[in-house]
Amino acid sequence: MIEAALFQGLSWNPIDDVRQLLLFPFMVNALEAGTIVAVMAGITGWFMVLRRQTFAGHTLSVIAFPGAAAASLAGLPLAVGYFSFCGLGALTLAGISGSRRSYSGESAAIGSLQALALALGFLFVSLYHGILNGLNSLLFGTFLGITTGQVTTLLVVAATTVALLAVAARPLFFASVDADVARARGVPVRLLGFGFLLVLGLSVAATSQITGALLVFALLVTPAATAHRITCRPFLGVALSVAIALAVTWIGLTLAYFSVYPVGFYVTSLAFALYIVVRIVGALGARHPLVHVRVEPA
Amino acid sequence: MFAQEFMRNALITGSFVGVACGVVGYFVVLRAQVFAGDALSHVAFTGALGAAAFGFDILAGLFIACILGGLLLGILGERARADDVIIGSLFAWALGLGVLFLSIFTTNSSAGNGTAGVRVLFGSIFGLSTSDVRTSALLAVVACLLLLAIARPLLYASLDPAVAAAQGVPVRLLGLGFLIILGLVAAQASQAVGALLLLGLLAAPAGAAHRLALNPYRGLLLSTLFALGAVWVGLTLSYLFPTLPPSTMIVATAVGTYVLAIIASTGGVWHPRSADGIAGA
Repeated sequence: MIEAALFQGLSWNPIDDVRQLLLFPFMVNALEAGTIVAVMAGITGWFMVLRRQTFAGHTLSVIAFPGAAAASLAGLPLAVGYFSFCGLGALTLAGISGSRRSYSGESAAIGSLQALALALGFLFVSLYHGILNGLNSLLFGTFLGITTGQVTTLLVVAATTVALLAVAARPLFFASVDADVARARGVPVRLLGFGFLLVLGLSVAATSQITGALLVFALLVTPAATAHRITCRPFLGVALSVAIALAVTWIGLTLAYFSVYPVGFYVTSLAFALYIVVRIVGALGARHPLVHVRVEPA
Repeated sequence: MFAQEFMRNALITGSFVGVACGVVGYFVVLRAQVFAGDALSHVAFTGALGAAAFGFDILAGLFIACILGGLLLGILGERARADDVIIGSLFAWALGLGVLFLSIFTTNSSAGNGTAGVRVLFGSIFGLSTSDVRTSALLAVVACLLLLAIARPLLYASLDPAVAAAQGVPVRLLGLGFLIILGLVAAQASQAVGALLLLGLLAAPAGAAHRLALNPYRGLLLSTLFALGAVWVGLTLSYLFPTLPPSTMIVATAVGTYVLAIIASTGGVWHPRSADGIAGA
């Protein structure tokens, strides 16, 4: 039945197409989950790009994979594995970036942590043979098997992370843009940094249940990077980042529904294409008002 | 253990991979480009799957993708640190392409499809043929020679790019050349330990060496030895306990060495601020 719907193709009648898109509950769930994930990733990602923690974010998203594998090995719900491993990962990363000032030492430590996480994930997967067929979906996710329960969990997590970020937005922004001045003004820079990594871990864990451990990153970094290229104003930037993430997710899901290729491909390609276009426009119109002014953290 | 041919092949290839990763990794950590290595490993995955999907030689796909990836990263990134967002965006897309190739590959090939992606991602060091051994040895030697040829100016350019540029050292060109060598090593190593795990061999032994030695040549030597040791210990462990996959044991050993190095350098012999602090400035 699903196959039949998939191969019906586009009728180019928008109303019919939308009706067909919403015909099956799995697709409605996928669209809801995609929307929640996009909003959350757009906001968290904007701060991540601002703080130049792309590598840390990627490592957190990779850590979700051994979490899921360990949970299935132990017979626990996947969500337990995702959240506990991402929380642990955030703690470790905060320890790494707190204890060492040298950037190259930090990047070696983060890289090692990430490799260890992947190696553990592979170990768990090979210990638990049954999951091997599901490995691709653990890594690359599936938008198509989302239950209503997962959507509810996702909504709760998203509301929590967005609320936390909203509360801490002003001091976090200050600490990210100029850590030294912020510290001198009494802003708890280290605490904020640690808290942000936890929030990042939380949203990555929630997202990777849907998009897979490897593709969270596409929604976290590329829309935010594009937004940072277009504007340096924080509120506009966050709004843009969310808007881009939403558009990319919706279009990507729709395209994947009407074709045989995976959703991850469409989402990443659309986001990257937009990023490239914005860079080219920025490079061409040096006097253009849209030209970005990069906010460099100290 | 040495009586088995697959084990001999694995040990020989692993040694060459270890040496190449140790040498290149030292510079990767020094230049704070671990993230670029990470990105290249994902590009390797896409290249290998792309070749598999369209019926080309997987090795050729690996190399073309990695060297192109290195070139692209070198061109797009202007400075040593400013490019992490570019790297992130680029490899998110590379992964998306990889997924596409994976799905094309699994729909085209009828049997045994599910494991192809796994093999590319996590390597199959116990399944290497004698010709694989020869190719990987040759590539490791080429990469190491290339790197040693530019080692001195590269070291200078990594430690203090501004002064090196003022003295007429072609900093930009060296950075580009280094990324291409890194691509070569990434492709070679992902054959053995898989696209996702080569990062462990690049980052962990070199990170340990940087903690323990300030002198660059001693550091290079240490990094190479650690990487070699990790490969040998990992392979032996995996041979003794067949349930443990070799790539996991190699990476776990490497990271274990790194953790020990951190403990040793903070607990007993504390070194003064080393050269890597300057590289991040």
